[in-house]
Amino acid sequence: MPNTPADLAERVAAICTAHAHLEGPMLPILHAVQAEYGFIPEPALQIIAKANGVTRAEVHGTMSFYHDFREEPAGKTVIKICRAEACQAQGGNGLAEAAMAKLGVDWHGTTSNGAVTLEPVYCLGLCACGPAVIVDDTVVGAVDGAMLDAILTEAGA
Amino acid sequence: MKIYVPLDSAAKALGADRVADAVIAEAAKRGVDVELVRNGTRGMIWLEPLVEVVTDAGRIGFGPMLPSDVAALFDDLGAHPKALGLVDDLDWMKAQTRLTFQRCGVIDPLDLEDYAAHGGLVGLKQATEMSGADIVAQVTDSGLRGRGGAGFPTGIKWQTVHGAQAEQKYIVCNADEGDSGTFADRMIMEGDPFTLIEGMAIAGLAVGATKGYIYLRSEYPDAINIINRAIEIANVAGILGDDVLGSGRAFHLENRVGAGAYVCGEETSLLNSLEGKRGVVRAKPPLPALEGFLGRPTVVNNVISLATVPVIMEKGAAHYADFGLGRSKGTIPLQIAGNVKFGGLFETAFGLPLGEIVNTLAGGTRTGNPVKAVQVGGPLGAYFAPHQFDVPFGYEEFDGAGGLIGHAGLTVFDDTADMLGMARFAMEFCAVESCGKCTPCRIGAVRGVETIDRIAEGDADAIPLLTDLCDTMKDGSLCALGGFTPYPVMSALTLFPDDFAVGKKAAE
Ligand SMILES: Cc1cc2nc3c(=O)[nH]c(=O)nc-3n(C[C@H](O)[C@H](O)[C@H](O)COP(=O)(O)O)c2cc1C
Repeated sequence: MPNTPADLAERVAAICTAHAHLEGPMLPILHAVQAEYGFIPEPALQIIAKANGVTRAEVHGTMSFYHDFREEPAGKTVIKICRAEACQAQGGNGLAEAAMAKLGVDWHGTTSNGAVTLEPVYCLGLCACGPAVIVDDTVVGAVDGAMLDAILTEAGA
Repeated sequence: MKIYVPLDSAAKALGADRVADAVIAEAAKRGVDVELVRNGTRGMIWLEPLVEVVTDAGRIGFGPMLPSDVAALFDDLGAHPKALGLVDDLDWMKAQTRLTFQRCGVIDPLDLEDYAAHGGLVGLKQATEMSGADIVAQVTDSGLRGRGGAGFPTGIKWQTVHGAQAEQKYIVCNADEGDSGTFADRMIMEGDPFTLIEGMAIAGLAVGATKGYIYLRSEYPDAINIINRAIEIANVAGILGDDVLGSGRAFHLENRVGAGAYVCGEETSLLNSLEGKRGVVRAKPPLPALEGFLGRPTVVNNVISLATVPVIMEKGAAHYADFGLGRSKGTIPLQIAGNVKFGGLFETAFGLPLGEIVNTLAGGTRTGNPVKAVQVGGPLGAYFAPHQFDVPFGYEEFDGAGGLIGHAGLTVFDDTADMLGMARFAMEFCAVESCGKCTPCRIGAVRGVETIDRIAEGDADAIPLLTDLCDTMKDGSLCALGGFTPYPVMSALTLFPDDFAVGKKAAE
């Protein structure tokens, strides 16, 4: 996809227009921009601000409040491991440690080949079948060491 | 041949999609005509993927199923190694009082005819013929209290919004379900989404709100997808829109996706987020009921509170209120989680003793080790130890025992749990998720982690410091994030002092 500054400006402005009829359109706009680019490109902030009649600082303030919105692109696959209590009761900590050791990254880190970003998540609602992981949008429950290996291999880590 | 394979995300996480694919493939191979229905889950998560085959006797269950178990479904069913018998006759199902979850796992979640054939829309039809005040009265009489955690009487909240004068009022459904150990909201949104939509439409008619929002956490992609489709279907069918079931009254509904902030489950933070701002907590008053979304009167209710309204309208307030214990009326979907043999959702009248839930329903721990602790009510809920297992499941009863029921999730830990570690985690979580508006929460949680680390290193003076800090957070925080984090921390410290014993870590 050609990604000149003009393309970006046009595309982000179109996203803002498409959401203009909503009450409180900011989160839907940020989600849509991130769905398009994989993160919120810095120049998008000014365009979103202008379209919504707020300052760039306000848009940045909103974006940075939420764990979901990224300022940098993520790896090709995002793997989120649940860190919350119910998964901890089922071995979630060990799973997380194994994942970090295998990938050689800490939380929020991306492998050097750009294949995988590892994120913590606090609850996927899979509390009766933990430890739970979500690979992009695909949920996986009762994850053991072998399943983790398979997930990481498939993601090309 | 009619076969049910759940689409619930817990079932999918355990391989339901692969089982469904295997059913299709095997049917094609054998040239058998199969009607495959993707239902919600019955809530017996330890049996997922739970496949059901329709027979003359009823629906027979098989589980937990692997793709390799599928072929035998096409042979003698009775001889199948995973056969469980009639699902409705299983102990777990028979022992429940399923009101809110009466259809979950039974019907095709996106089939309106199936929904109506199982009691759906009866409540909304009645509501269209009633005055708003009468609907509010029925909800009040049912004794329904908010299932999101605070337990505030739903009818009284509605009464306030009903009485408020404004051009525009709103119904906001809190589907942020951030508490670990809870998944009832997710389960009903995936398994019976029209119940939530119906409940919201009834709420709209009751208080005179023509617009509703669902604020659904981004961590639930499957639920988001199903709710979006259900809203489309409900719009086409005239359940939503300008003329709800031909009543001449309007109710429009929109789904909004959160962005990964636990604090946005707090209602005022949620409203700020919905408005497109940082999810910072607002001071109360003003109550959201009077100045909520965009400053207008707003009902904010949990998914289960709203999804319970249709059955109250359908069966009557008295029918609902007859179940329960004291001021905890009706049923509660217990969510049994963590290290348990039988995890899942069990809807029952309030009043079951905690020990019966943990030892009998949950069957103790999956690891087979003794139960050490149970956290009830999510990350802001207290830990309980086995000597407290006689406390009955009810709002006042748990409050009296130094805890809370919250959203009714129970997370069980075996004797390998390190309670100092869990207390530290509670503080760490609070620090990560604090909205930053008030100091006791923002700074207190960070200090809490440091103080617990000092205890772990053998500093005895840090224990009274932690107690003081918890008092400050409890008394001084703007909302229950900072205010209730002391519950898990202090209960861990008081109930499991050995885990905090000074010198323990230092000596190791
Ligand atoms: C930090 C925090 C998180 C909360 N998270 C949720 C949540 O995820 N879902 C929910 O329904 N209520 C949550 N609540 C409670 C809401 O503030 C509010 O009481 C509830 O949505 C009201 O609905 P109800 O009366 O139907 O329970 C939370 C409260 C706090 C303080």
